[in-house]
Amino acid sequence: MNILIMGCGRVGSSLASSFSQKGHTVIILDINSTAFQRLPADFEGTAIVGNGTDQDTLTGANVNDTDVFLALTQGDNRNLMAAQIAKHIFKVPRVLSRVYDKNRADIFAKLGIETFSSTYIMSNMIEDIVINPETNEEKSNL
Amino acid sequence: MYIIVVGGGKIGFALSQSLLLNGHEVLCIEQDAQRNSINSKSLGSASFIGDGCEVSVLDKIGASRADALIATTGDDQDNLITCQIAKHKFGVPKTIAQINNPQNRDIFRILGVDATVNITEVIMSQIVQEMPEHPLVPVLSLQGTGQELCHVDITTNSSVIGKQLNQIELPGLSRIALIIDKNREVKIPSDTMILRSGDEIIAVTRPEDEENLRILLTGDN
Repeated sequence: MNILIMGCGRVGSSLASSFSQKGHTVIILDINSTAFQRLPADFEGTAIVGNGTDQDTLTGANVNDTDVFLALTQGDNRNLMAAQIAKHIFKVPRVLSRVYDKNRADIFAKLGIETFSSTYIMSNMIEDIVINPETNEEKSNL
Repeated sequence: MYIIVVGGGKIGFALSQSLLLNGHEVLCIEQDAQRNSINSKSLGSASFIGDGCEVSVLDKIGASRADALIATTGDDQDNLITCQIAKHKFGVPKTIAQINNPQNRDIFRILGVDATVNITEVIMSQIVQEMPEHPLVPVLSLQGTGQELCHVDITTNSSVIGKQLNQIELPGLSRIALIIDKNREVKIPSDTMILRSGDEIIAVTRPEDEENLRILLTGDN
């Protein structure tokens, strides 16, 4: 698959490296070139400095041949805008967006963007570990 | 009307003031405390500190009874998302957004923002109108029609000088809406009217016909 990732933070860089190792073609975008230091030395994908809400940048990052677009920056609005551009302008078949705010994630899920709220997932998981320590021992050390 | 203005920068602030003067109920939301306190000196209780993209904030300020929301921040992503939340979560009937990057006009339209004001294009067209080397200037995009209003100067080279309007074949869907003559008299066009050098024309055209219209009316290639 051709995978385009926006945001080379911890999650973005770790996914980029993992997809690339599995043989997928990965392009990763970040507005800050130092973010690419998080990528492993043997990363075989392409790293491009640019803003994923900018249509020229997306075109330069081969968005027209992309199968999956992942919006993983720290900004909910940036992620949601880029995801919608990828879906509605460039017709990328599968578009996922990280959204910290659960309310916003729900609204945009209804508008056809696959969203996941990391805050919500984390807080649910921690709550579960606290309430049911015996069944969750291995989870806390993931 | 109850109008929410998201972003209390220079544009949002001036807009809020003017809407208040016109008798509307206005709430200007600004995230930055310092900026908000400056705004509140003039706007009073119409100035509100908060994040206009936050569902709980929009809920608190009664977005569901708002007649319109106008997003005026300098960031297109924030303007887009606040309009979408207003529309889809709170059912605000009219959402209007400032666009800073002209490239984003299509995505705002596709995603259902009711009206957009393209700041860069507005400034560009103002500047270009003041410069004589641009004989055709798009003035206003007629949203939803695929057409625009433009302003053209009839220059001495033009092949349409001395012709009646019904003898001139305009490209595509182009039409002449108004003629302003040398004496600054504004005329509604009729079939038998004759174009003269120095006339100014306000025309309706599609962006793809703009170039041919310019060549026809100005004689420049």
